[in-house]
Amino acid sequence: MIKGNFIDNLPKVYGIYTGGFLAFIIIMSIAEQMGMTAKTIGICFVAFTVAIYAIIGYLSRTAQADAYYVAGRQVPTVFNGMATAADWMSGASFVAMAGGIYFKGYGYMALLVGWTGGYVLVASLLAPYLRKFGCYTVPDFIGTRYGGNLTRFLAVVVLTVASFTYVTAQINATGTIASVALDIPFQYAVYVGLISILLCSMLGGMRGVTWTQVAQYIVLIIAYLLPVFWISNKMGAGFFPHFMLADEVARIGELEQQFGFIANSKENLAMVPKGLAGITKAHSAVNATPWAFISLALAMMMGTASLPHVMMRYFTTPSVKAARKSVGWSLFFIFLLYSSAPMLATLSKLSLIDPSLPTGIIGKSIAEVQAIDWYQNWNQANLMFVSDFNGNGTLELNEFFMGGKAVVLATPEIAGLPYVISGLVAAGGMAAAMSTADGLILAIANAISHDVYYKIIDPKAETAKRLVVARVLLVVIGFAGATIAAMEIQGILGSVIWAFDFAMSGLFFPLVLGVWWKRANREGAIAGMALGLISGAGYLIWVRNGGSGFLGITQLTFGIFGSAVSLVAMVVVSLITSEPSAATQKMVDEVRVPSGKSILGKQH
Amino acid sequence: MSKQQQHWEKSRGLLFMTLAIWFVFSIGIFLFGAEMNEVTGPFGYPLTYWFTCQGSLGIFVILIFWFANRQEKIDEEFGFSERGDD
Repeated sequence: MIKGNFIDNLPKVYGIYTGGFLAFIIIMSIAEQMGMTAKTIGICFVAFTVAIYAIIGYLSRTAQADAYYVAGRQVPTVFNGMATAADWMSGASFVAMAGGIYFKGYGYMALLVGWTGGYVLVASLLAPYLRKFGCYTVPDFIGTRYGGNLTRFLAVVVLTVASFTYVTAQINATGTIASVALDIPFQYAVYVGLISILLCSMLGGMRGVTWTQVAQYIVLIIAYLLPVFWISNKMGAGFFPHFMLADEVARIGELEQQFGFIANSKENLAMVPKGLAGITKAHSAVNATPWAFISLALAMMMGTASLPHVMMRYFTTPSVKAARKSVGWSLFFIFLLYSSAPMLATLSKLSLIDPSLPTGIIGKSIAEVQAIDWYQNWNQANLMFVSDFNGNGTLELNEFFMGGKAVVLATPEIAGLPYVISGLVAAGGMAAAMSTADGLILAIANAISHDVYYKIIDPKAETAKRLVVARVLLVVIGFAGATIAAMEIQGILGSVIWAFDFAMSGLFFPLVLGVWWKRANREGAIAGMALGLISGAGYLIWVRNGGSGFLGITQLTFGIFGSAVSLVAMVVVSLITSEPSAATQKMVDEVRVPSGKSILGKQH
Repeated sequence: MSKQQQHWEKSRGLLFMTLAIWFVFSIGIFLFGAEMNEVTGPFGYPLTYWFTCQGSLGIFVILIFWFANRQEKIDEEFGFSERGDD
């Protein structure tokens, strides 16, 4: 059917794939009409998509180091953009983001600005230069630029701390979705999720992950956009929600005025199941101080530019020029989902609180609400709760509680969409969480296998042996992540934000100054990474244990403190020690020229 | 000044310009979030709300492509451009 080189045929291959997926959705909706149960549809969606990813992972198997570590450096810009977008948008972006906007409004939307603005830093400060360098991993750059095993090792430590914090949240998300869709207990579902993740990455490394991530992006973006457009049209809110929801936003503002935000007493709130929240903040009004907003956005932007699983995606492009363009495409594909999340939050909120809509529940009698089918379903799933605090028999705004995930998961059902959409959303959430987990586990395993094992412990190891070590590490790290995820220590979103702060504390300035400041030397980099990470982590521990913090830096933005310490330490220590050798300075000059050979050889 | 130094000077100039635009739309405007939200923005959304939903995000996308094209022009000018293999 397909002749010639796989790379030349990419548009065709993924075109057929997308068509096939759409056909699958149609078949499923026909099956639903013919009486297939909701549970079977859910299982079909998750099983079918995961099987496809596993096949792609198997077809991408490789025994070559540069294919395993950087996909042979031949991923075209647009496809690398899609893969990065899937790599980037985690279970949190997919399932929790619209919910966060729904509950917290403007203050939360700093994350939207932060998680996109960071790409400007990636494109202009780092990605093209690291691509020119020709490294396999981020610590590879640090180790070669600054020299010495200690710098390399510290970079691996920062990478592992940040990525591991992140990956447990992703495995947790795959487990949650697998347990709901396949109807198995969470403790087992976590390992089902893990095995699906490993199927994509184990045989093909970066090559396998790249082509599965493209496939996962296509599933997740269809699963996110289709319901948003459908709901908007069904509610009569507008054919193209992004441009047409101004009236709905204004209407929510009116209703907020009319209902008012009534604070609940502590005793009443104690009755609400854990993890559920009520609407207590204005939808579109500015409800955070400028510094609260800006500090969160800034921390996320600098964190974006320091997260190794994102950076390493730009090592796979054919050229420096392609790396720059590819960052633009990545952000474009991310933009498609992020700009839709506030629209979904708006539609979801209005459909629930507007008494003039058939789906509106505020103002109805409590008994009436409790009799609604979807309310009973989601109440049973522990994602919705109502209680008549003031005893007037009517549901008030402050008597309605919902879980953050429900905005994405339950809105289609509330709006009266067929169940096939809920199955689709589960497949999308699974794709989002799996693709991010794959990128993260691979980033950690590659750093340890390439930088610690090959570069530090056994530099004479043969390719075959190196790749065996890399794969064993992949499995070990995956299982470690799954084991911690199964213990359910912290929420999905909190640990994601911490990962950004850890990464920026230890890596942002050593990376940026490595390219942009020739005078930066080894001692400076060591001080920057070590003190940055220690002070950032110290601040987090202090604030979590009741410390008051300073300058309004919270446990979500501790990276601002960590990276400031890192910058000062790095500059001061660099300046009081001798400047880097002539060879290193020449290397920096070469990195700054986009053409010519890369610093590190094709196979290293 | 060598060719390489000139190339770097220009690249750095472009970086500062890119970062200045980035700063305005990621940080600068949000210093005035409350005041700006009184104004009606594109498509009828409150202005600050629109920037957080779409405006800033879209500007970042355009900014990166603009930056990539400008940098390419600089590279071509100094003969540092690679052959077109994107």
